[in-house]
Amino acid sequence: MSDDANVRDRDEPLPAFERVKLARHTDRPYALDFIQRLFSDFTELRGDRRFADDPALICGFATFQGELVAVIAHQKGRDTKQRRHRNFGMPKPEGYRKALRIMQLAEKFQRPVFTFIDTPGAYPGIDAEERGQAEAIARNLMEMAKLEVPIIVTVIGEGGSGGALAIGIGDWVLMLENAIYSVISPEGCAAILWKDAAQAAQAAQALRLTANDLKRLGMVDQIVPEPSAGAHTDADEAARLLKESLSEGLAAVVKWSPHERKSRRYEKLRALGG
Amino acid sequence: MTWFRKKEQRIESVPADERVVKTEGIFVKCTECDAALYRRELEESLQVCPHCNYHFRIGARERLAMLYDDGQYEELDADVISSDPLEFTDTKPYPQRLEQARRSTGLPEAIITARGRVGGHLTFIGAMDFSFLGGSMGSAVGEKITRIIERALETRGAVITVSASGGARMQEGALSLMQMAKISAALARLDEAQLPFISILTDPTTGGVTASFAMLGDVILAEPKALIGFAGPRVIEQTIREKLPKDFQRAEFLVEHGMLDVVVDRREMRALVIKLLTFMVNPALQTPAPQFNASNNGRDPNGPTPDVPATESKIQSPKSEVKN
Repeated sequence: MSDDANVRDRDEPLPAFERVKLARHTDRPYALDFIQRLFSDFTELRGDRRFADDPALICGFATFQGELVAVIAHQKGRDTKQRRHRNFGMPKPEGYRKALRIMQLAEKFQRPVFTFIDTPGAYPGIDAEERGQAEAIARNLMEMAKLEVPIIVTVIGEGGSGGALAIGIGDWVLMLENAIYSVISPEGCAAILWKDAAQAAQAAQALRLTANDLKRLGMVDQIVPEPSAGAHTDADEAARLLKESLSEGLAAVVKWSPHERKSRRYEKLRALGG
Repeated sequence: MTWFRKKEQRIESVPADERVVKTEGIFVKCTECDAALYRRELEESLQVCPHCNYHFRIGARERLAMLYDDGQYEELDADVISSDPLEFTDTKPYPQRLEQARRSTGLPEAIITARGRVGGHLTFIGAMDFSFLGGSMGSAVGEKITRIIERALETRGAVITVSASGGARMQEGALSLMQMAKISAALARLDEAQLPFISILTDPTTGGVTASFAMLGDVILAEPKALIGFAGPRVIEQTIREKLPKDFQRAEFLVEHGMLDVVVDRREMRALVIKLLTFMVNPALQTPAPQFNASNNGRDPNGPTPDVPATESKIQSPKSEVKN
């Protein structure tokens, strides 16, 4: 990224915002599209045992190249009906609590965890607040730091702030080439700092939310290539490329001792913004 | 011909712009009940309105002085300040915004961290200050909180955070987001070491601060009427397209919903904190079991590790000295 990116001509297309559009593309493979192609079977497990099941965050057991693993993923919907059912991939506290429940099961039975991030953010609504959205996210951040089983995180589409991070603490963090990961949506950032949501492209550039930016800043371990025209053009190929990276990542982290995984995870976070 | 004649000089008139009652700085108007409050009296009541109990927002240093024994504490890591990792510019470059915030608040960052005693217990407190860029959490805030947690781990101290924040700092992008993870991971260690963490929420506490350490306290306290939430009220109103009830996301609402332990008047905060620490600091856990010492050539396995930077400085930044 060039340093003068922020002072570019406004009319010139801004690459970061093009990535934002690709990450949100309605034909982009969602978590279930990947799960179908990556795992030989997937048994969905539902409910947080406290309040409800959250369809915006799906969990289950699956087999990855012969190995039994737990899967945690945000799920967006493709048509209007599905979108509403999945709440546009915006989980409520029960989603995060279900995710933690399944991750702790994985810890109990010593199975690796794969998480897939694709959410605009945690749901900002009355019911979510009443049931402790902030607490649910915070709890996951703390408890995921305690887990000793391998955790492989992949940002497949939109990494929307705390709602993404709440399933994003891991030993190996992958990010698809056109995925984004940000503290706030470019539109939200533009509305606050520029007082004009139309400046989203500028904001997208300034926020450094692309896979390249995050890799350079040390928040992502590996960028997963997408089919040349983008994952939305060829889900099978996108999944094949992701499978390779996941396989490498898992092979690397299973070699570390449980204690080593935990301390490496800590040291990696510790180095960010020191 | 006039019947009466004025013998004395008339009273000299005062020009309108000079005609003021000199009470500025002596009285403060209460934001809530409009009562005129004598400033000295307000200070004595820890910035709580004696008439309606309204809690004025207070700064980080006042907060520390209020909690520590005799108001005495040692400031830590005053030299940890935000850089500009993203070279972020909106309508103004980020370094310029930082400089402005430092100048107007006299604070080095949106948090002051300190070491001292609370009820005699060794306690590390991080107090946030909303007046510094909305108390936003960037890398420096994350680092300062992580360091007090690590110091508490080394010395078996207690940790208290006092939150006042709009959330993660946008100008440091995803690095701000990662501070949530960093602090929470440090708190995981504190939790495993059976050391106490009290989280105090003040007006306002929202976003990434709420969604990380603020909600992870072993005990969570809040000041009356403090706004506490994940999403801010405006964001929620835009999402659901209706007006929110007045008490929504206030401290009392959260306690009703089981999200925090006690809503406590600022004037009783210190006494309650001491009571809690007395329960939570268990001397039986204070010293590591002797066999560990023996196997470790007498060295304390929980003692300071050399790779932890000991950068605490007793030197406060010159700007902060001007302010206080």
